[in-house]
Amino acid sequence: MLRGVILVKKTEKTGRPARWKTQLELQSMVIPVIVWLVIFCYVPMAFTAIAFQDYNLIEGLAGSQWVGLKHFRALLTDSSFLRVMGNTFGINLLGLAVGFPAPIVFALLLNELTSRRFTRLVQTATYIPYFFSWAVFGGLVINFLSPSTGFLNDFLLRTGLIGEKINFMANPDAFWGIAMLSSLVKNLGYSAIIYIAAIAGVDPSLFEAARIDGAGRFKVIWYVTLPCISGTVVIMLIFSIAGILNTGIEQILVMQNIMNLARSETLDTYVYKIGMQQMNFSYATAVGLFKSVVAVVLLTAANMTSKKISGKGLF
Amino acid sequence: MREKGIGARIFQIVNVAVMLFLVFVTVFPFWSSIVGSLNEGLDYTRGGVYFWPRKFSLTSYKFLLQDEQIFRAMLISVLRTVLGTASGLIVTACVSYAMIQKKLRGRSFYAVFMIFTMYFSGGVIPTYLLYQNLGLIDNFLVYILPSLFNVYYMIIIQASFREIPEAVPESARLDGAGEYRIFWSLYLPMSVPVIAAVSLFIAVGHWNSYFDSMMYTSEIELQTIQYYLQRMISQATQSMGVASRAQAAMPAERTTISAQTITLATMVFVTVPILVVYPFVQKYFVKGVMVGSVKG
Repeated sequence: MLRGVILVKKTEKTGRPARWKTQLELQSMVIPVIVWLVIFCYVPMAFTAIAFQDYNLIEGLAGSQWVGLKHFRALLTDSSFLRVMGNTFGINLLGLAVGFPAPIVFALLLNELTSRRFTRLVQTATYIPYFFSWAVFGGLVINFLSPSTGFLNDFLLRTGLIGEKINFMANPDAFWGIAMLSSLVKNLGYSAIIYIAAIAGVDPSLFEAARIDGAGRFKVIWYVTLPCISGTVVIMLIFSIAGILNTGIEQILVMQNIMNLARSETLDTYVYKIGMQQMNFSYATAVGLFKSVVAVVLLTAANMTSKKISGKGLF
Repeated sequence: MREKGIGARIFQIVNVAVMLFLVFVTVFPFWSSIVGSLNEGLDYTRGGVYFWPRKFSLTSYKFLLQDEQIFRAMLISVLRTVLGTASGLIVTACVSYAMIQKKLRGRSFYAVFMIFTMYFSGGVIPTYLLYQNLGLIDNFLVYILPSLFNVYYMIIIQASFREIPEAVPESARLDGAGEYRIFWSLYLPMSVPVIAAVSLFIAVGHWNSYFDSMMYTSEIELQTIQYYLQRMISQATQSMGVASRAQAAMPAERTTISAQTITLATMVFVTVPILVVYPFVQKYFVKGVMVGSVKG
């Protein structure tokens, strides 16, 4: 009966004009956004050409003088650039060594908890900082570490672990660790979600079989859980390696001060400062472009390596 | 699943202890900031206020509620969040709808054109120069226009739209409904959970960002509360300015006011909206993250 009605209607209405109208409406939904993408995403890509110019605000892109690789050559002899690279690598390698495995371990440990209510509680608490702004979270970190009003110094002093208060934020050598640990705490719960879901997707009969064969808790994790979630781990690792020159600029700027500047200046803050404060647009763009090129090369290399070794990759 | 034996029991105890430590690390710094913001300023600077206020005082909040600069910064943040979320959501959802229609000509080209921007971008300075050419510097629209569309959120919304059987739009079309109508009165209402989750994500992103305010606005009238807060934290001149305004505004409490507790109060104040929406976000965002990571 219903089918009959639809058939009748079909012959009535799917003529050319109706199909045209549909197509027109659909195109009118997408094309404005394509124009938007051209303006807001592709035009800035074209603007990176100023890395090969001595860009002049008055002359603009068309009138400024082309200088070839001048700014890239300058990069290699710029001593502050090398220091900034060192800081960027330092913070991110620490992140790769500690911040990358932490959510995996956290997800595995969470999976071993026996009380579902407690698991919920832990998840709820650890997700929250992800939703704080970096202005707020940076403020929390600075307050927590403060030598005059912070909890940590007071605690360490009272338990006798330190002899006198430490001004962590003023100590350049502490900055990499603080940056890594604060983003670890902020993102731990959130980054673990994907692993929690991967673990939940493992066929329970595999665990069953391993247990019957007499495998203990750690053997089950090592020989069953980890191999089953290795696809997810590899993809996340590729992303982390590609992002090795990224430091969240909002995070770094809020925690940076004149005392820790030697170790807290990263590529992102450096680009901001030479571009926006010194108005050296071309050089800043060259630094930014260098960073993007490295990221693409790393992404491709990490992907190829992973495909060769494990047969898994992003593309 | 329950195992016996001393080893298993020790493991459980250690595991619970580790988890409790993590809960402490994530919750306690915020708790002690709330406590600090409710403490009298001068007394707080003596240190030792972590778990409960020593000298309870609402002065810092009283100042926040009456200060004109902070009010204006809050207003800018609220406006950009409301307008930015509404516009970003409608545009992104509308494109998501069109992009899952097999009828759409050029669909695969459009898709590549969009996905490409997830991996490549022009960078900070070229973007700044573009905005300058477009007249977006020191313009409120700089908070709205660049975030009208988001490929990542489109992928999430598409996943939800795809669960709607194709017979639904087909029969609506036969009944004479246009595409906008189908999108607005069928797809949107049928995907409320995901739409809610994505809009909360967009809203949190707008509310929390300070980079754009720092980059693209120099007039204080246009700066958001997060940027205001960031400067209170990392620029001594800013926090001293705030403290002296507070002293001028509240002569009775002038000797006990401190910039530190006002900063803490601001931190708590701007986080309250996040904590209010958090239970709703949490309900949906796990799903959102999964969809996004699988498809993306």
